[in-house]
Amino acid sequence: MNGNPDMRALLRVGGLEKRFGENAVLRGIDLEVTAGDRIAIIGASGSGKSTLLRCLNFMELPTAGRIELDGVAVGSERRRGDGSIERVYAEAELTRLRRRIGMVFQQFNLFPHMTAIGNVMEGLRTVLRRPAAEARARALVELTRVGLADKAEEYPARLSGGQKQRVAIARALALDPEILLFDEPTSSLDPELVGEVLAVIRSLAEEGRTMLLVTHELGFAYHFASRVLFLADGVIHEQGSPEEVLKHPREARTQAFLARHRAFSF
Amino acid sequence: MYQWDFAPVLANFDLLALGLLNTFAVTGTALAFGVPLGLALALARLTGKPLLAWPAGLLIEVFRTTPPLVQLFWFFFALPILIRVEMTPFMAAAATFSIQSAAFFAEVFRGGIVSIERGQWEAGRAIGMTHSQAMRRIILPQAVKRMIPAFMERAIELMKTTTLVAVVSYADLLYQANELAQKTFRPLEVLTVAALLYFVCIFAVSLASRALERRLAVSGETTVR
Ligand SMILES: Nc1ncnc2c1ncn2[C@@H]1O[C@H](COP(=O)(O)OP(=O)(O)OP(=O)(O)O)[C@@H](O)[C@H]1O
Ligand SMILES: [Mg+2]
Repeated sequence: MNGNPDMRALLRVGGLEKRFGENAVLRGIDLEVTAGDRIAIIGASGSGKSTLLRCLNFMELPTAGRIELDGVAVGSERRRGDGSIERVYAEAELTRLRRRIGMVFQQFNLFPHMTAIGNVMEGLRTVLRRPAAEARARALVELTRVGLADKAEEYPARLSGGQKQRVAIARALALDPEILLFDEPTSSLDPELVGEVLAVIRSLAEEGRTMLLVTHELGFAYHFASRVLFLADGVIHEQGSPEEVLKHPREARTQAFLARHRAFSF
Repeated sequence: MYQWDFAPVLANFDLLALGLLNTFAVTGTALAFGVPLGLALALARLTGKPLLAWPAGLLIEVFRTTPPLVQLFWFFFALPILIRVEMTPFMAAAATFSIQSAAFFAEVFRGGIVSIERGQWEAGRAIGMTHSQAMRRIILPQAVKRMIPAFMERAIELMKTTTLVAVVSYADLLYQANELAQKTFRPLEVLTVAALLYFVCIFAVSLASRALERRLAVSGETTVR
């Protein structure tokens, strides 16, 4: 369409704001994500990292601002009574959009009444209405990718935390999302299980997938990310390469934040 | 010393058997209509749309807060006058206990649905499910599992409460037992047998429900948490 498709932003966020009542959590986020970008989002607890991620797949509706996916703005403009303009979002549009943006949660949120493969098939069956055999075959491919083909028939209650999170990743992958969002995917895992999940995420990075990842694992962020965002006061306070942001931060806030996370090693 | 004599009761056992069948009929009908109707009421109440939620809430509260006997009388005596249809005792009993069960199940469904953690909704929505798809595929199956003990409890309670239908001359087990007692002059024996029949049926349901709970507990999630 316009210019080199490789240079076009896959996701473009402009002036994104999110308020919960009086609490202005996001105060103007501008962000461009190009295909293949791996973005690590860091920041203090309560700085709005999860909220930003959840706005990107519209689990939370932005209070203001606009989000474009592949050059198409989500929602439509409407003029309020007082003449100001707001964006409105049709639920059907958001539902379709969420298929294209996968999300992995801190608490896994697997469906406990379905087996591992049932979890991975669910989107293919119910949302994309694929035939059972096809969905099963595809789900098995994704379970194999995360190293859990042999656990296909297990219920989540019988899986370890690391295995649950890998099934959750397979569940997101099954829908062929253009973008993957991870919200602290290893934060609720026992330390010895963190590695297996990070290894899966690393392998997705090697495939060139577009990913945004909120994490407190700064060491992982350093190796994983093509770009690091430091969130503070509801804005992107500092951003750049992992080298720049994590090793040679310019902003005092970033430096203070990193000082408190001295524990990480590259 | 009282001389027990069960022979006249056993000779007329078919009367009691018919009564038991009728008790099953009204209990089964009430469950068959009460469960889906209760789900519909719960969903209506959960929509948050006043036009749906308000009438559903009213119906639920009215039937939960009035005595079953009053409801039964109302359906049997008042409704026919209002809408000019003759109600058979069975129709009145089935209507009363269906709606009353629906009101009860609506609250059980609602409790079960809201007890499912938010993350389950979010996981469903995150893979592109609509609200109703997430409800049907993710939330309800888990909610129903948690509600099984309450369902069973209600089914048992219902079977006992249906003894009220005798007052509108519906020939349930208790009604038949009364008839038989007057016919045989053996009220002690008749009522003892009737009590035994209730016990056997209800105890069987109770055992089945516990077995069901255990089986569900094995396949992954537990019923109650
Ligand atoms: N649904 C909500 N309703 C009201 N307030 C909310 C909601 N979600 C988040 N908040 C508030 O928004 C702020 C940012 O929360 P958010 O979860 O985005 O932070 P975070 O950076 O992800 O923190 P953490 O590192 O602890 O996960 C917090 O003050 C939180 O209380
Ligand atoms: Mg968070």
